[in-house]
Amino acid sequence: MAEEKLVFEPSEVLIDRPTHYCPGCQHGTAHRIVAEVIDELGLAENTIAIGSIGCSVFLYNYINVDAVEAPHGRAPAVATGVKRARPDKIVFSYQGDGDLASIGMAEIMHAANRGENITVIFVNNTVYGMTGGQMAPTTMIGQATTTCPGGRCEEREGMPIKMSEIIGMLGGVTYCERVAVNNVKNINKAKKAVKKAFQCQVDGNGFSFVEFVATCPTNWKMTPIAANERVEEELLPYFPLGVYADKLAEKEGK
Amino acid sequence: MSSKTPERKFIKGNEAIGYGAIAAGCKCFFGYPITPQNDIPEMMSKAMFECGGDFVQAESEVAAANMLLGAAAAGVRCLTSSSSPGMSLKQEAISYMAGSELPAVLVNMNRGGPGLGDIGPAQGDYYQSTRGGGHGDYRLLVLAPATCQEAYDLTMEAFDLAFKYRNPVMILGDAILGQMKEPIIPHEGKKVDDNAETWCLTGNKGREKRLIKSLFLEEGALADQNRNLMAKYERMKAEIRYESFETEDADLVICAYGSIARIAKSAVRKLRAQGKKVGLFRPITLYPFPDEPLVKLAEQGKRFLTIEHNCGQMVDDVRLALRTKVDSDFFGVMPGELPNPDDFEEPILKSLEG
Repeated sequence: MAEEKLVFEPSEVLIDRPTHYCPGCQHGTAHRIVAEVIDELGLAENTIAIGSIGCSVFLYNYINVDAVEAPHGRAPAVATGVKRARPDKIVFSYQGDGDLASIGMAEIMHAANRGENITVIFVNNTVYGMTGGQMAPTTMIGQATTTCPGGRCEEREGMPIKMSEIIGMLGGVTYCERVAVNNVKNINKAKKAVKKAFQCQVDGNGFSFVEFVATCPTNWKMTPIAANERVEEELLPYFPLGVYADKLAEKEGK
Repeated sequence: MSSKTPERKFIKGNEAIGYGAIAAGCKCFFGYPITPQNDIPEMMSKAMFECGGDFVQAESEVAAANMLLGAAAAGVRCLTSSSSPGMSLKQEAISYMAGSELPAVLVNMNRGGPGLGDIGPAQGDYYQSTRGGGHGDYRLLVLAPATCQEAYDLTMEAFDLAFKYRNPVMILGDAILGQMKEPIIPHEGKKVDDNAETWCLTGNKGREKRLIKSLFLEEGALADQNRNLMAKYERMKAEIRYESFETEDADLVICAYGSIARIAKSAVRKLRAQGKKVGLFRPITLYPFPDEPLVKLAEQGKRFLTIEHNCGQMVDDVRLALRTKVDSDFFGVMPGELPNPDDFEEPILKSLEG
């Protein structure tokens, strides 16, 4: 019999309990990545999380760090207040697309532009999840939701907003990357990005932002597998993965 | 108190609020410019760095109030200031802070409304300030200074009260108070132990994690939280403050607060000189409203006239307090008009004569 080798251990920061997320939802994967990074960087006892509105508000039930809940879209402003009050703490917000790209557009743009030394985890699944599948600023053209039942239409509703491209060009942003968790390769890349984003804050280097392109099988009315395929085929061509700002690499001449 | 002779300062009401906050140990200020309170963020933009704190000119009043929420959750004494339209924008965060039981101080230098209104003094935000203002069932402690010294003193106390009750506290002034200059005597005030370390967010080193939230989904949890808040608002009744001026032998008691109370006081002095038995009752806490002392005056058979710089708002609270005893007349100065003591003579005499 071959000797068993332990290749994977549960994250210490991730609380061992069933989540409320639907089957195939990728918030769970994003949570795990954030938790593992907090473990690996040894930040658990020094971190304050900012919960936002939507499915992800319950992040604070799954991650074992101090947390405060922000009103809809305002997490970057709340994070600013926490960080200015306690500059020695690691402060991150975790926000969905309705929260960050619609009602909270002003707060994210200005926190980023000020170069607040915080980390923002942005989960873009192209739909309002918790409220029942309404159109988001990131909803794809032709994608049917409960408030665009005939599909999002460019003439009426405009084009889906590309947040990483917008955030990446703001002067105060040190690090900005878009990732996905639709396969093992991308999950590994996503973890590297999140780790870099938190390290950026630990080193006092300023604002870091990681966008996850993620699934919402329930509101997309798809099986988890079909939803994952949609990410690859439809979303990633429009929301290309990659680094949109990296002032650290620029400094190092990379 | 300091052993040194206190140095008098000749300053605006707005600045008195800023100095009061600094003396209270305020470490963070978040604001957005709006007339007539700009002296506050302007002075705090320097003062906060001098005391090792921080200042952010936010992108909006909405963001400023949410920065306040964050700093409050981190257990730091923090302040925002604004004026009427700006306060409307802050209401969302104020509701969240009340729901999450976070201590913070907010200043509203009331201007004329509704809408953009004007930048002159008014008292049209009384309902908004004392009824919650944002969504849900909540109250703020609301303090209404009438002089620059009181603006300084009450701002200082507002921080202690905010932490004592873990609740937002509002200083409600107006453009008259904000813009007039008077001498004040700064002092050190009480040094109150905030006990913030027992509940605030610092990272969970050596203890269970803490969660500050206003979402209560479990069955009965929100009802419990609301009961808890209501009990707290009951406890706040211990904080009622008011000024009684020449009320003892008065036949008519004028009820007024803030700048209008000062103008009414001048009218009372003038009429007293003419032998008219009038007095002034000035609520200093607008919430909790000083019901009981007002009822005592009613039991002595006095008549009442409420004067406000609005179309009639605090008069509701006066009537609620007096409801089984007597009514109150009302005289409103329209926002957009600036009264002087002589303007009050006719309505006072009319009420006095019944």
